[in-house]
Formats: sequence, structure tokens, C-alpha cells
Amino acid sequence: MALDNTTVGSEVQIRLQSSLPDVAQTWSSFQGQERVVVPASHILTFLKACRDVTGFDQLIDLTCVDHLEMQGAVDRFELVYCLLSVDVGTRLIVKTYLNEPNLTVPSATQVWFGADWLEREAYDMFGIVFEGHPNFKRLLLPDEFVSFPLRKDYPQQGRGERHNFPIITRSKS
Amino acid sequence: MASEVKKQLGDNIFLTTLDAAASWARSNSLWPMPFATACCGIELMSTAASRHDLSRFGSEVMRFSPRQCDLMIVAGRVAMKMLPVLQRIWLQMPEPKWCISMGACACSGGVFDTYAVVQGIDRFMPVDVYIPGCPPRPEQLIKAIVDLQEMIKAGGTYNAREFALRDSAEGPARFDEEELIRIRERNGLKLDSPKYDPVH
Repeated sequence: MALDNTTVGSEVQIRLQSSLPDVAQTWSSFQGQERVVVPASHILTFLKACRDVTGFDQLIDLTCVDHLEMQGAVDRFELVYCLLSVDVGTRLIVKTYLNEPNLTVPSATQVWFGADWLEREAYDMFGIVFEGHPNFKRLLLPDEFVSFPLRKDYPQQGRGERHNFPIITRSKS
Repeated sequence: MASEVKKQLGDNIFLTTLDAAASWARSNSLWPMPFATACCGIELMSTAASRHDLSRFGSEVMRFSPRQCDLMIVAGRVAMKMLPVLQRIWLQMPEPKWCISMGACACSGGVFDTYAVVQGIDRFMPVDVYIPGCPPRPEQLIKAIVDLQEMIKAGGTYNAREFALRDSAEGPARFDEEELIRIRERNGLKLDSPKYDPVH
């Protein structure tokens, strides 16, 4: 492990760019973190290459960011995959952008099965639909819930969901 | 004659109503159902443990089956996903039964004024005693149980049917249905979203 972080990072970039020349990749680096933005249409191909070509064998986290009111933001939803190569210790952040009404991406469960609950949570909170997921439903909120509460346009106190219960009185119980 | 009776029986017999005797017995053998969802549950455990020793007040028999309990202690915030469970457990408890709402969150939602937390369980189920505090100290819970015992002794019940008269919600006023519809329309939500039904 004589390689320092910058060398490993650029090596990852070179390998992924040479193995997927037709996928537009925007690479950047910040404080030793390698980040790459990939179009949503190629995300599954890219993630598979990350696992098979560069050995990122663990999906640390999969989450989503809503850029609704962020200044200078072009796209609304940003999907973030945090990858780790357990052998080398290298990390890679893969991002892709999504916009309404097409909030559908292929599921990463066929690459890393650990994406199961992470994708369900992203659907639960942001409404991102992952196609090909083996058990696609809400993770935390009740199945009857119809909103996606971590979106920036969702009011903090809800849309009346917490008032939507029958009242049990003494005489009825 | 009266003096003869008194001489014979002395203080060994006292006259009362069956009602008062039953209430006295009930008040001193409360079986709590610990519905502990948060940090208030730690105080509840502390109250039952040796330092504060809830058994001094005859209510130490915590049971985790609602069928065996007659005092629900709701300790902690109740998420909206949890409320149907809470209501179902309450309905499973046999009568007569009582409820203590312990802590700021169970009473009013506390600091969690968000979409996911019920703003006071008394909006949706009966509550007899409220305990403020975040979390309340064990002494406060003991005081609440002593107060509840006084209530039970004063209330009296032959068959627990005196509750039949209490047929309206006991908490704050029901959140206005019209307001609910207005909020939903303003946010572009469909009105035919499913209703919750904890019983069926």
C-alpha cells in the first residue's frame, strides 16, 4: 500500500474512463475525495464497472439530496452512492442527477445487495423509484403514507397525517 | 343492644359499600402496562427499580401483555406509525382501566412538532393523569400513581360501566376536519387518501 490517496484516485479514474469511454464522467476531487458525476441513464453500467473493474466491493451509503431552493442548482434531486474498496481502502462518491417527472433509476441491488434498505429509504423520503428492486415498498413510514417528507416542498408539520386517526373514547374502549 | 354489639365485635367489623371496597382493592393493586417508547421509559424503569420502589404503592406488577393490565403508562413520544398500535393495545386491556400520559411528548408532542409525531395522545384516547416533565422524575410518576389511586377510590365502580357516560374525546378539540381538507388541497394532496383503522 505504498500508493497515496491521490495516486489511487487517479488510477481509479483512468481505469473507469478507459473501460467506459462512452459514458460521460465528470471527475472532481476535494480534500482527497474522488467524486464523479454520471448521467442517470448509465448509472447501473457505471456502478457495475466500479465493482468489477476497480474493486469497489462495498456500498457504504446510498442517499439523496433535494436541491429545490439551492442557489445555482440546475437539477432537483441528486442521488449519491458512497463506495468503498475494502482491500485497498479507497473511497469513491458517485453522483447522478434526477428531475421530475422521471425519478426512475435502475436498482443497485443486483450490484450490491446492501442497497436494499437504502433504496427503500430513498423512495420513502424522496420518492425516487428504483426499478428491479426485489421488495420495493416504504421502509420507515406507514404504507398508507402518500407524501415524501424529506422533499424541501413538504411542510415540516405535515399535511394532516398526524391528525388522521380515529378517536377512542372511554365509552368505546 | 348497640353497646352489646360493640362490646362483642369491637373494631373487627366495619360497614361500607361493596363499591368502595372494590375501588379500594383496585386502587392498591394496579397492574401497569409499560408503553415505553423513549427516555421517559428509563425513568419508568427507575421508578420500578429498587431505589424508588414502585411496589411500595402496590403497582409494581409490570406486565407486557395488555390482557393482564389495568393501567397504561404511555412513556415517551408516540410516532404516527405507533399510534394505531397504542390504540389497539388500549382496546385489548380489560376494564376497568386507566391511563397515565407520562412526559411532555406523550402529553403534547413536546419538542417534536413534526409530521411524524402525534401531538398528544389524549387527542385519540382517554387519559386520566398527565405528568409534565422532560423526562419526569420518578417522584413525579409516583405522585401521579398516588393521585390516580385517590381518583379510583373516589370514583368507585361496580362493573366499570360508569365510563359509558364518557363518550366524547377528552383531549384538546379535534383538529378541524375542514382545516385538514384545506391544508391538503393547498398542498395538492388527494382527499381520498386512506384512513387509519387500528381496530380492523
